[in-house]
Amino acid sequence: MTIDSARGAPSPGAADDPSGLAEASPELIQLLTPEGVRVEHPDYPLDLTPEEVRGLYRDLVMVRRIDMEAVALTRQGELGLWASLLGQEAAQVGSGRALAERDMVFPTYREHGVAWTRGLDPLKVLAMFRGLSNCGWDPAEHNFHLYTVVIGSQTLHATGYAMGIQRDGVLGTENAAATIAYFGDGATSQGDVNESFVFASVFNAPIVFFCQNNQWAISEPLEKQSRIPLYRRAQGFGFPGLRVDGNDVFACLAVTRKALEAARSGQGPTLIEAFTYRMGAHTTTDDPTRYRLEAELEAWKLKDPIERVKAYLVRGDLADPAFFDEVDAEAKQYAADLRRRCLALPDPQPMEIFRNVYAEPHALISEEQEQFAAYLESFETEGSGS
Amino acid sequence: MSTTETLTLGKALNEGLRRALEDDPKVLVMGEDVGRLGGVFRVTDGLQKDFGEDRVIDTPLAESGIVGTAIGLALRGYRPIVEIQFDGFVFPAADQIITQLAKMRLRSQGALKLPVVIRIPCGGGIGAVEHHSESPEVYFTHTAGLRVVACSNPADAYSMIQQSVACDDPVIFFEPKRRYWDKAPVDRSGDWLPLDRARVVQPGSDVTVLAYGPMVKTCLEAASAALEEERSLEVIDLRSLNPLDFGTVEESVRRTGRCVVVHEAPVFSGYGAELAARISEKCFYHLEAPVLRVGGFSTPYPANRLEEHYLPDLDRVMDAVDRVMEW
Repeated sequence: MTIDSARGAPSPGAADDPSGLAEASPELIQLLTPEGVRVEHPDYPLDLTPEEVRGLYRDLVMVRRIDMEAVALTRQGELGLWASLLGQEAAQVGSGRALAERDMVFPTYREHGVAWTRGLDPLKVLAMFRGLSNCGWDPAEHNFHLYTVVIGSQTLHATGYAMGIQRDGVLGTENAAATIAYFGDGATSQGDVNESFVFASVFNAPIVFFCQNNQWAISEPLEKQSRIPLYRRAQGFGFPGLRVDGNDVFACLAVTRKALEAARSGQGPTLIEAFTYRMGAHTTTDDPTRYRLEAELEAWKLKDPIERVKAYLVRGDLADPAFFDEVDAEAKQYAADLRRRCLALPDPQPMEIFRNVYAEPHALISEEQEQFAAYLESFETEGSGS
Repeated sequence: MSTTETLTLGKALNEGLRRALEDDPKVLVMGEDVGRLGGVFRVTDGLQKDFGEDRVIDTPLAESGIVGTAIGLALRGYRPIVEIQFDGFVFPAADQIITQLAKMRLRSQGALKLPVVIRIPCGGGIGAVEHHSESPEVYFTHTAGLRVVACSNPADAYSMIQQSVACDDPVIFFEPKRRYWDKAPVDRSGDWLPLDRARVVQPGSDVTVLAYGPMVKTCLEAASAALEEERSLEVIDLRSLNPLDFGTVEESVRRTGRCVVVHEAPVFSGYGAELAARISEKCFYHLEAPVLRVGGFSTPYPANRLEEHYLPDLDRVMDAVDRVMEW
């Protein structure tokens, strides 16, 4: 330990360079190379049937196609905003497919891929971004909590929920569950995320912190958030931190699965840093050409999460061209249906404003609701009199 | 055991919390120093010993973390009662309270409920250092989705804390710290006024005096002093600030035609402004005088050697009564 390294000064080497492109290294857990070659990792054995791999491939393609459709709908003015997950499909599908039904997910606003793996109808996500509600699904239906727009807030909710699981006395039993909290590289600078690390550690809560480090917090690169690789933050809080190739769906699946099992068996939290890249804009209102280089994007294109699974399937003769055509056709059809369903969504009625603010009767809400209803009715009365 | 006993306000809260913990195994108490120490004001004294560390939780020193994890616990089916140690320390948790706790039910279109109580000792008069004497109620009354209540006496402290825990909405629960040691009879029978109702604590006919929390006692003292001048003050303890029981206020002001509002928080943009505006709208033809407000100055709460000048006292209330009677 030198003075420099103790101070966390960046030193040469991929592992110490938070902004550098990750190469396969002892720090980076990878089970499938960008070329589609399967590699083994002693700590993360993964035995998938060809059918399971094809299933993951289908997930990745569907999620990307849904995301593309949502971007198009936004460009056409049908959605107010969209946060694209382009490039992060493997991190989301891999971690999402690692979850047991009883586990509870706490997403940000970009986890459309995780939502897909939980069985949440993408229409519900589109409805939120279309402005029909501020979210609007029942978290209990798929154990998938509401999208959270304030950066990092949900990590504390996930930690508290995990403390609740502990108090239910189910850890280590067949009813054991864990929570998983998703957040980005920018969120690691938030107080709430650091406080959630403290609480999770002190209470040994059954939680997995899944950080999708997509290198950019809108226009700010990772070095504006950290001088060390993010997975190392965990050590200071007293629990394990790992860096996984976030574009490798196999590695994301295996590592998340193991971390969830550890949580459910009472071994406490894990931080997983999924090293990935946001191929698109932060949201549809953002212009990434103003702050990042085309060369960086090109380099990451070579690490595409879908192409490597396709290469693996082809190389192993695990899928024929007809399979890929079928998946593409299915995705195209699904997206077209989704678009139709989205455009058919009715606007909410004005009185919806007053609904569900409180669980129990509230005099002020009732009063304003009545006044507004009478006001609206006055137009109808005027109209009928003319 | 008799249903009525004389208790301090702090002890009444302690007993109310104990009852809540006994009645529902999902109720939790959490906060800084609430366990082994029993809270800095001893409001949670003895609870951890009797209910265990899993239910009376000494948390890390992080207000946002405390409220944020309480939200998560509520989502898992628990009913957390959070203690914020002092009024001025609630602001690190303001984000979780305002952007998450208050809005999550609406965000879920009614699928979720957030039965979280946040206890905040508030107000001055105890000779404390900075950040320990403030009245931050309007930050929360202005936030839709929260209920905001303030107890003023032991009997209400005992009942209102239990009603707040039983409520399926988030409740910000203000406790008048300088009244923690005031004693009064507490009825344990459970025959309580609803949580969202105001109470006329002193009937009168000349001036309606509206107060809540620590100022109720001050206003009752003013009412006693006013009697010597043959003035009859009607003192109303609002108890609930959001929602406001305006019916009780309106009935009184229409009868007296005069109103003085008293709170420790600064007058400008304070809770009294809402009361004055509503009264002017709803009681316009019954008013003999404008609604006058008594409260703190538009300054930060001063150092404690100056607080007696900042805090509304009997004389400041009486002065406002004099002025409102001159119209």
